[in-house]
Amino acid sequence: MNILVCAKQVPDTTEIRIDPVKHTLIRDGVPSILNPFDSYALEMALRIRDSVGGRVTVLSMGPAQAKNMLRECLSVGADKAWLCTDRVFGGSDTLATSFILSSAVKALEEREGKFDLILCGKQAIDGDTAQVGPEIAEHLGYPQVTYAVEIAAGDGSVTVKREAENGWEQILVKTPCLITATKPAFDLRFPTLKGKMNARKAEIPHLTNEELHLDVSRTGLKGSPTKVKSTFTPPVKEGGVIIQEDSDEQSARRAVAQLSTAHII
Amino acid sequence: MANDLFVFIETNPDGTAKNAGLELLNPGAGLAREQGGALAAVVIGCNVDTAVQSAGRYGAEKIYVIDGPEYRQYTTDAYVNAMCRLLEEERPSTVLIGATPNGRDMGPRISCRLKTGLTADCTQLAIDPETKKVVWTRPAFGGNLMANILCPEHLPQIGTVRPGVFKKAERQEPFNVQILPKDIHISPAEIRTQVLEFITEAAGELVDLEGAEIIVSGGRGLGCAEGFALIQQLADVLGGTVGASRAAVDAGWISHAHQVGQTGKTVGPKLYIACGISGAIQHAAGMSSSKTIVAINRDPEAPIFHIADYGIVGDLHAVIPVLVEEIKKLKN
Repeated sequence: MNILVCAKQVPDTTEIRIDPVKHTLIRDGVPSILNPFDSYALEMALRIRDSVGGRVTVLSMGPAQAKNMLRECLSVGADKAWLCTDRVFGGSDTLATSFILSSAVKALEEREGKFDLILCGKQAIDGDTAQVGPEIAEHLGYPQVTYAVEIAAGDGSVTVKREAENGWEQILVKTPCLITATKPAFDLRFPTLKGKMNARKAEIPHLTNEELHLDVSRTGLKGSPTKVKSTFTPPVKEGGVIIQEDSDEQSARRAVAQLSTAHII
Repeated sequence: MANDLFVFIETNPDGTAKNAGLELLNPGAGLAREQGGALAAVVIGCNVDTAVQSAGRYGAEKIYVIDGPEYRQYTTDAYVNAMCRLLEEERPSTVLIGATPNGRDMGPRISCRLKTGLTADCTQLAIDPETKKVVWTRPAFGGNLMANILCPEHLPQIGTVRPGVFKKAERQEPFNVQILPKDIHISPAEIRTQVLEFITEAAGELVDLEGAEIIVSGGRGLGCAEGFALIQQLADVLGGTVGASRAAVDAGWISHAHQVGQTGKTVGPKLYIACGISGAIQHAAGMSSSKTIVAINRDPEAPIFHIADYGIVGDLHAVIPVLVEEIKKLKN
């Protein structure tokens, strides 16, 4: 199976700090990581390749330093990585991003052959939109399955276990299709020493707008129907009551009394 | 009509409405009034009379009904086709969709097909006084930053809204509701995904964290899988649902279906009780929009106490049994 994984480099949100005056993110010194959901998508892709054979290609859109993340993907076993990067792509919202990525998919297919399966993380932990995957599917006219926890490859189709509100759906879908991954029962495998060495030497080619020839009115800020008007830091909750009596039993009684008075229970 | 605001009402296979849609009629009413349009519900499903009635009782002035066997179970292709055809015919200004798994599956395909903007998982909605456009407020970076988003030049403006953030309006007797059936169908061949089976977690056990009004969650502080029996007792006596932190799920004490947080579910119940959860930012991202947060933790320095409305400093193994006993007394 010929599989494409879309991956994003994101700031590690556990390390995020906010500039208290400008209400913007302080990115300096914040480590960049492979988006966790994309790492699950990559592991699912590698598992399919392990069981039925094939190829795993990784595609990312972002600045040049996203190559570090792509090397990480190569070190755990991805066969090839591509970086889609151009100044005219900067500032894109999800519609513009998915337009660029879907165009990049078509350009890659001319070089690498048709992909049977496109895998994305369900969302990136910086933007948290969960929109780019389904929008790529729409641009390509492909069926989609979101929130996958397991994928079993069949002949011209895949069976996907999808996390639903109160259980799981088993969904059969023909290839080519796009699947977004949520947290499965496993994590991304660790790189081998050989994998690391290969990744360090690997060439990561760029796809710029010289190759894609996209109408720049559909990329970047111009191509984005949504605009960020302002940002602010969420108000800090104040006035929380701390209950710590002489014994845990007394604390519990007092908590119930307070919650009851406040009509919370 | 051009100024109308549409609310998507997701339905269950039995034809009833999910809360995620009904609760959006409440903020939708105010937004529609400010935009000078009507509040319309869009009910899609199979034999949805009950859902239509509910939409009327919770404030819809118009109700578009798309009813057919192909809509009994959600599929991306059938629902996106139905919504896009309706939106192209009726051209409303604004569409609100509950940010349930299906809402977030459907929303981006609709906005992409209509080449308009979509704002994900909003927690506040307002009207910009100058432009009369919706100001969509949403958390990003795991809840560390809030952003106000506008979709100034494209219609309809679409947003998915986090379930539980808005409460349903007071039920009222429907008055002058226009019911507008729409004959929109799709052939089975055009539905490219096939649901083979539905698996519930265990016999009869359902984990509907997004729809829960009360959630009692356990974390590393439980010490072992058996600790969840205690959590279950507290949840039972309150009529709540059991949640968990990633640490508890990773330890194998409970399944991922219960996980709240960045790599789990995002919830907004009326009451969230965090037991033995330190409150790492990844957990807070999934539950900080809860109306009231109660935390039980032995460590008075635990970050969970920064976001808790009520913080009980103590050993959960001693605190919870007394809570259960006292709440039982209260309920009798």
